[in-house]
Amino acid sequence: MTVVATIRIQETDFDIAQEIAALTKGRSDVGAVVSFSGICRGSENGEPIAALTLEHYPGMAEAEITRHADEAISRWPLTGLTVVHRVGRITPGENIVLVLAASQHRQAAFQAAEFLMDYLKANAPFWKREESPKGASWIEARDHDDAAAARWTKS
Amino acid sequence: MKVKYFAWVRERVGIAEETVEPPASVRTVDDLIGWLSKRGEAYAYAFETPKVIRAAIDHAHVRPDATISGAREIAFFPPMTGG
Repeated sequence: MTVVATIRIQETDFDIAQEIAALTKGRSDVGAVVSFSGICRGSENGEPIAALTLEHYPGMAEAEITRHADEAISRWPLTGLTVVHRVGRITPGENIVLVLAASQHRQAAFQAAEFLMDYLKANAPFWKREESPKGASWIEARDHDDAAAARWTKS
Repeated sequence: MKVKYFAWVRERVGIAEETVEPPASVRTVDDLIGWLSKRGEAYAYAFETPKVIRAAIDHAHVRPDATISGAREIAFFPPMTGG
Protein backbone atom coordinates (compact mmCIF):
# COMPACT_ATOMS: atom_id res chain seq x y z
CA MET A 1 0.00 0.00 0.00
CA THR A 2 1.31 3.44 -0.85
CA VAL A 3 2.08 5.54 2.20
CA VAL A 4 1.32 9.24 1.90
CA ALA A 5 2.79 11.51 4.55
CA THR A 6 0.61 14.06 6.32
CA ILE A 7 2.41 17.41 6.34
CA ARG A 8 1.02 20.59 7.84
CA ILE A 9 2.40 24.01 8.67
CA GLN A 10 0.07 25.90 10.97
CA GLU A 11 -0.16 28.62 13.61
CA THR A 12 -2.40 26.61 15.90
CA ASP A 13 -1.32 23.93 18.36
CA PHE A 14 -1.63 20.23 17.60
CA ASP A 15 -3.07 17.33 19.62
CA ILE A 16 -0.49 14.53 19.75
CA ALA A 17 -2.98 11.82 20.77
CA GLN A 18 -5.30 12.77 17.94
CA GLU A 19 -2.43 12.74 15.43
CA ILE A 20 -1.31 9.28 16.62
CA ALA A 21 -4.87 7.97 16.41
CA ALA A 22 -5.03 9.13 12.79
CA LEU A 23 -2.13 6.76 12.01
CA THR A 24 -3.43 3.75 13.91
CA LYS A 25 -7.25 3.88 13.96
CA GLY A 26 -8.90 0.93 12.24
CA ARG A 27 -5.59 -0.75 11.40
CA SER A 28 -3.95 -3.90 12.70
CA ASP A 29 -0.66 -3.64 10.75
CA VAL A 30 0.91 -0.90 12.86
CA GLY A 31 3.18 -2.23 15.59
CA ALA A 32 5.05 0.95 16.51
CA VAL A 33 4.55 4.69 16.50
CA VAL A 34 7.46 6.93 17.43
CA SER A 35 6.48 10.45 18.43
CA PHE A 36 8.88 13.36 18.70
CA SER A 37 7.66 16.76 19.83
CA GLY A 38 9.81 19.84 19.99
CA ILE A 39 8.77 22.25 22.75
CA CYS A 40 9.67 25.89 23.35
CA ARG A 41 12.14 26.21 26.26
CA GLY A 42 11.86 28.98 28.81
CA SER A 43 15.56 29.75 28.77
CA GLU A 44 18.57 29.52 26.49
CA ASN A 45 22.14 29.52 27.86
CA GLY A 46 20.80 30.68 31.22
CA GLU A 47 18.91 33.63 29.69
CA PRO A 48 15.11 33.67 30.03
CA ILE A 49 13.03 33.58 26.84
CA ALA A 50 9.62 35.27 26.68
CA ALA A 51 8.65 33.74 23.34
CA LEU A 52 9.83 32.49 19.96
CA THR A 53 8.48 33.70 16.66
CA LEU A 54 8.84 31.26 13.79
CA GLU A 55 9.02 32.46 10.22
CA HIS A 56 8.93 30.12 7.22
CA TYR A 57 9.18 30.19 3.46
CA PRO A 58 5.67 29.28 2.29
CA GLY A 59 5.74 26.88 -0.62
CA MET A 60 9.34 25.84 -0.17
CA ALA A 61 8.84 24.65 3.42
CA GLU A 62 6.03 22.30 2.37
CA ALA A 63 7.97 21.14 -0.71
CA GLU A 64 11.16 20.42 1.23
CA ILE A 65 9.41 18.54 4.04
CA THR A 66 7.44 16.52 1.48
CA ARG A 67 10.62 15.61 -0.38
CA HIS A 68 12.28 14.34 2.79
CA ALA A 69 9.14 12.61 4.04
CA ASP A 70 9.04 10.76 0.71
CA GLU A 71 12.69 9.84 1.15
CA ALA A 72 11.92 8.45 4.63
CA ILE A 73 9.05 6.43 3.18
CA SER A 74 11.36 4.97 0.52
CA ARG A 75 14.16 4.18 3.01
CA TRP A 76 12.15 2.57 5.80
CA PRO A 77 9.09 0.28 5.76
CA LEU A 78 6.66 2.82 7.25
CA THR A 79 2.91 2.53 7.55
CA GLY A 80 2.44 6.25 8.17
CA LEU A 81 4.26 9.52 8.68
CA THR A 82 3.13 12.88 10.05
CA VAL A 83 5.00 16.17 10.27
CA VAL A 84 3.34 19.24 11.82
CA HIS A 85 5.40 22.41 12.19
CA ARG A 86 4.01 25.51 13.86
CA VAL A 87 4.80 29.06 12.83
CA GLY A 88 4.09 32.42 14.44
CA ARG A 89 4.54 33.33 18.10
CA ILE A 90 5.10 30.44 20.52
CA THR A 91 5.61 30.81 24.27
CA PRO A 92 7.63 28.55 26.63
CA GLY A 93 6.00 25.18 27.23
CA GLU A 94 4.13 25.26 23.93
CA ASN A 95 4.61 22.75 21.13
CA ILE A 96 6.71 23.74 18.10
CA VAL A 97 6.99 20.65 15.96
CA LEU A 98 5.67 17.10 15.78
CA VAL A 99 7.08 14.12 13.89
CA LEU A 100 5.26 10.78 13.99
CA ALA A 101 6.61 7.70 12.28
CA ALA A 102 4.56 4.50 12.25
CA SER A 103 5.74 1.05 11.21
CA GLN A 104 5.26 -2.63 11.90
CA HIS A 105 8.39 -2.65 14.05
CA ARG A 106 10.11 -0.07 16.20
CA GLN A 107 13.47 0.24 14.46
CA ALA A 108 12.14 1.76 11.25
CA ALA A 109 9.90 4.12 13.21
CA PHE A 110 12.74 5.35 15.45
CA GLN A 111 15.12 5.85 12.53
CA ALA A 112 12.64 7.60 10.26
CA ALA A 113 11.59 10.00 13.04
CA GLU A 114 15.19 10.85 13.84
CA PHE A 115 16.08 11.29 10.17
CA LEU A 116 13.21 13.72 9.66
CA MET A 117 13.98 15.75 12.78
CA ASP A 118 17.67 16.03 11.88
CA TYR A 119 16.64 17.15 8.42
CA LEU A 120 14.11 19.70 9.71
CA LYS A 121 16.65 21.27 12.07
CA ALA A 122 19.28 21.88 9.41
CA ASN A 123 17.52 22.19 6.07
CA ALA A 124 13.84 23.09 6.32
CA PRO A 125 13.29 26.81 5.64
CA PHE A 126 12.16 27.97 9.08
CA TRP A 127 13.79 30.64 11.24
CA LYS A 128 13.36 31.28 14.97
CA ARG A 129 13.41 34.74 16.48
CA GLU A 130 13.79 34.85 20.23
CA GLU A 131 12.29 37.46 22.57
CA SER A 132 14.23 37.96 25.79
CA PRO A 133 14.52 40.77 28.33
CA LYS A 134 17.46 42.06 26.28
CA GLY A 135 15.33 42.38 23.15
CA ALA A 136 14.60 40.25 20.12
CA SER A 137 17.22 38.42 18.10
CA TRP A 138 17.40 35.71 15.46
CA ILE A 139 18.63 32.38 16.77
CA GLU A 140 21.88 31.29 15.15
CA ALA A 141 22.17 27.94 13.41
CA ARG A 142 24.28 25.32 15.12
CA ASP A 143 27.03 23.36 13.40
CA HIS A 144 26.06 20.19 15.22
CA ASP A 145 22.62 20.34 13.59
CA ASP A 146 24.31 20.30 10.16
CA ALA A 147 26.47 17.37 11.28
CA ALA A 148 23.41 15.49 12.56
CA ALA A 149 21.67 15.94 9.20
CA ALA A 150 24.76 15.00 7.20
CA ARG A 151 25.14 11.58 8.84
CA TRP A 152 22.01 10.38 6.99
CA THR A 153 23.51 11.10 3.59
CA LYS A 154 23.97 7.88 1.70
CA SER A 155 27.51 7.40 0.45
CA MET B 1 12.70 37.27 -11.74
CA LYS B 2 11.21 37.47 -8.29
CA VAL B 3 13.61 37.70 -5.34
CA LYS B 4 12.48 36.88 -1.80
CA TYR B 5 14.24 37.55 1.50
CA PHE B 6 13.68 35.85 4.83
CA ALA B 7 14.53 36.35 8.52
CA TRP B 8 17.40 38.81 9.15
CA VAL B 9 18.18 39.08 5.45
CA ARG B 10 14.62 40.40 4.95
CA GLU B 11 14.95 42.77 7.90
CA ARG B 12 18.25 44.17 6.64
CA VAL B 13 17.11 44.61 3.03
CA GLY B 14 13.91 46.15 4.34
CA ILE B 15 11.48 44.35 2.03
CA ALA B 16 10.21 40.77 1.76
CA GLU B 17 10.24 40.47 -2.02
CA GLU B 18 10.78 42.34 -5.25
CA THR B 19 11.14 41.80 -8.96
CA VAL B 20 14.58 42.42 -10.43
CA GLU B 21 16.07 42.28 -13.91
CA PRO B 22 19.80 41.80 -13.55
CA PRO B 23 22.01 42.14 -16.67
CA ALA B 24 23.04 39.04 -18.61
CA SER B 25 26.49 39.20 -17.01
CA VAL B 26 24.89 38.12 -13.73
CA ARG B 27 24.92 34.36 -14.25
CA THR B 28 25.15 32.66 -10.86
CA VAL B 29 23.68 33.01 -7.37
CA ASP B 30 27.00 34.48 -6.27
CA ASP B 31 26.89 37.01 -9.13
CA LEU B 32 23.37 37.99 -8.10
CA ILE B 33 24.46 38.55 -4.48
CA GLY B 34 27.27 40.79 -5.76
CA TRP B 35 24.88 42.70 -8.02
CA LEU B 36 22.23 43.13 -5.30
CA SER B 37 24.90 44.29 -2.82
CA LYS B 38 25.59 47.29 -5.02
CA ARG B 39 21.96 48.47 -4.95
CA GLY B 40 22.41 50.38 -1.70
CA GLU B 41 23.48 50.33 1.91
CA ALA B 42 20.66 48.08 3.07
CA TYR B 43 21.60 45.43 0.50
CA ALA B 44 25.30 45.77 1.25
CA TYR B 45 24.52 45.22 4.94
CA ALA B 46 22.28 42.19 4.24
CA PHE B 47 24.91 40.53 2.06
CA GLU B 48 28.04 41.71 3.91
CA THR B 49 29.05 38.11 4.68
CA PRO B 50 28.05 36.19 1.53
CA LYS B 51 29.25 32.84 2.82
CA VAL B 52 26.58 32.70 5.51
CA ILE B 53 23.78 33.43 3.06
CA ARG B 54 21.79 30.44 1.81
CA ALA B 55 19.87 30.49 -1.46
CA ALA B 56 17.02 28.62 -3.10
CA ILE B 57 15.88 28.67 -6.71
CA ASP B 58 12.24 27.80 -7.33
CA HIS B 59 11.90 26.29 -3.83
CA ALA B 60 15.03 24.09 -3.97
CA HIS B 61 18.29 24.68 -2.11
CA VAL B 62 21.16 25.67 -4.42
CA ARG B 63 24.86 26.36 -4.05
CA PRO B 64 26.46 29.79 -4.72
CA ASP B 65 27.75 28.65 -8.12
CA ALA B 66 24.29 27.60 -9.35
CA THR B 67 23.18 29.28 -12.55
CA ILE B 68 20.16 31.57 -12.27
CA SER B 69 19.08 31.41 -15.90
CA GLY B 70 15.42 30.42 -16.19
CA ALA B 71 14.76 30.94 -12.48
CA ARG B 72 11.32 32.28 -11.62
CA GLU B 73 11.97 32.84 -7.92
CA ILE B 74 15.23 33.15 -6.01
CA ALA B 75 15.28 33.36 -2.22
CA PHE B 76 18.04 34.46 0.14
CA PHE B 77 18.04 33.61 3.83
CA PRO B 78 20.27 32.83 6.81
CA PRO B 79 21.06 29.26 7.90
CA MET B 80 17.84 27.60 8.97
CA THR B 81 16.79 27.15 12.59
CA GLY B 82 13.51 25.24 12.47
CA GLY B 83 12.48 22.06 14.22
